[in-house]
Amino acid sequence: MNPEKVVFGFFIVLALTLNFGFFVGDIDNPDHHHAWELFAVVVVNMIATVLKFGDRTQMGAVLLATSLVAMLQLLAASLVWTLAVHATDIGMTPSVMASIVSLSGGAMIANVVSVTLLVIETVMLRR
Amino acid sequence: MDTIFFLILRRMRAPLLTLIVVYAVAMAGLALITAQDAAGQPTTMSLFHAFYFVSYMSTTIGFGELPNAFTDAQRLWVSISVFFTVAVWIYAVGNLIALLQDAALQKAIAELSFRNRVRRLTQPFYLVCGYGQTGGALVRGLTDRHLQAVVIDVDPERISVLQLDNQREFVPALCADARGPQMLRAAGLNHPLCQGVVALTNVNEANLKIAIASKLLHPRIKVICRADSHETEANMASFGTDHIYDPFDTFALYIAVAIQAPCQTLLVDWLSGYGGDVLSEPKYPPSRGRWIICGYGRFGKAMYKHLKEQGFELSVIEAAPHKTGIPPEGVVHGRGTEAVTLEQAEIGRTVGLVAGTDHDADNLSIIMTALSLNSDLFVIARENHIQNQELFDRVGAHAIMNPSTIIAHRIRVRLVTPLLADFTNLARFQDESWAGVLVSRIIALVDERKPYVWEVTVDRTQAFALCDADQRGRPVTLGTLLRDPRDRDRQLLAIPLLLIRNDERFLLPDLDDRIHEEDRLLFCGREEARWHMDWGLRNLHALGYVATGESRREGAVWRWIAAWQRSR
Repeated sequence: MNPEKVVFGFFIVLALTLNFGFFVGDIDNPDHHHAWELFAVVVVNMIATVLKFGDRTQMGAVLLATSLVAMLQLLAASLVWTLAVHATDIGMTPSVMASIVSLSGGAMIANVVSVTLLVIETVMLRR
Repeated sequence: MDTIFFLILRRMRAPLLTLIVVYAVAMAGLALITAQDAAGQPTTMSLFHAFYFVSYMSTTIGFGELPNAFTDAQRLWVSISVFFTVAVWIYAVGNLIALLQDAALQKAIAELSFRNRVRRLTQPFYLVCGYGQTGGALVRGLTDRHLQAVVIDVDPERISVLQLDNQREFVPALCADARGPQMLRAAGLNHPLCQGVVALTNVNEANLKIAIASKLLHPRIKVICRADSHETEANMASFGTDHIYDPFDTFALYIAVAIQAPCQTLLVDWLSGYGGDVLSEPKYPPSRGRWIICGYGRFGKAMYKHLKEQGFELSVIEAAPHKTGIPPEGVVHGRGTEAVTLEQAEIGRTVGLVAGTDHDADNLSIIMTALSLNSDLFVIARENHIQNQELFDRVGAHAIMNPSTIIAHRIRVRLVTPLLADFTNLARFQDESWAGVLVSRIIALVDERKPYVWEVTVDRTQAFALCDADQRGRPVTLGTLLRDPRDRDRQLLAIPLLLIRNDERFLLPDLDDRIHEEDRLLFCGREEARWHMDWGLRNLHALGYVATGESRREGAVWRWIAAWQRSR
């Protein structure tokens, strides 16, 4: 067992599950999507990204790329949230919520790709 | 070498992870604890404000309690987390900066930028290994003629010297061991524009390795090497090294030629010098008599061999003959710095002296003692270190042998004006009076300054106008080309030295010779003559003027005006 793989597997799957938790619900209903969930997703995704720094394998490079994509989407989502609520007078309207959730949905796809790659790697290893 | 980047990234993991975790915990705590608004009513702090506060708390900037005054519960949390966040921030940032300053990483970055610079070179270039006295002089000679060079040297100090030296062209340089084939590749050995590899390190073995690696990795490339011993020279020649220069042998041969043909030597000296330097005086080494050679090392042996071939009577002085070997004449034991030893070698009836030990102080002392005993001597001095130049200039030696300068000089001529080497070889078969006539022609041309020597290859890029005229069946003679494009009745101050056509060499070609495409020409003269000649070579109108004397008005408007003027 490679502890490095356990830790990364844990964080990437956690990122996916948390992201799913944030994503489900009506897309434009602010009551269905909590700020804390997004906060947790961002933190866990950051950790997963940093864990792939300096991985020389092909798989490591691809996983770093997918994590970076997820980070980009999630930071955009948090930025939209902060700008809407704190920096402008728009407030949390359904349309703002919809764009935040769709951005996090994109990040979730990246997480799904990461997890799929992880599973493929695991299956290949067993042979 | 990419490993280092991955290693650095991997080492960044720990600081970054601690930073993320501590930030997340501190933010979460602040956002969870009940805060108060401006009116003192309970509320919660948003994650955005929490991030803002933690950011300036951890960096100890400390703007105060924002957006509103904190409750005591918040203050308690902040006083705990401030220690962790500040400590982690210092640890993480300090660590990241230390990683970026890592010597191995800096070296890798320097190498990467060097590789990129070499890859982006768009001009033909030479790869010079070793930037000592020889390499430095060669790179200067190349860049002065606008040729590109790439330098590798193992000594970081020499690379810094290169960056301080004010070269005319940008010279990419890397501090690395050129014995590694990886380094040669990084320096552009396989670059399509790499013209040749010049191995000039002060270690014979390194030069040998560079030559082997270059010939194996790029068989068609020109390899030029310095070799200080005959074994290395033979070894290099065995696998096809193109040009091998042994400074001692080269100089001894030069002196041998100078004894036989001083005028010819002067001619070659002038042509292969830096254009614009003051003209050197001819040397007249004695052609009969007895020579003393002090020091029977590499230089002494080379001089012995070449002087013996000339039929001179020789006497050798050597301090350690059991190490160096003993010539058939026997040897006078001693260093030659004392009058006794020189007297023993019969300095009184000697015409020439070679001070050829590998010790500059000894050589200077030998010359001073010898000249006080016999002031008519022709003295050849071996100068081992260029710092002693001034002393050797004053001591009264007639010819000074500096190994680095000789090699740099020969290789520069070989690379910058390869036709000059052909010219020199052909000139060897001419007699002294021929050389004398040419020398006086050059003096008339350039007054007091060494002539500038340049090559012209008649092709579409260097001589478009000439090729165009040739194709239209109106070939231009050499005499036409030597007319001044500003006033065709005046001659350009240049002499055509050599014409190469279909591998046939014509020494001092006739001015009525017609020039065709793919001819190669060698000229000497004033530097400005070259720039004026380029007009005739490249510009159709300038060539038309020097060929026919007509300067027609070209362009639609001017032609129209000319037609109108004619009709009046």
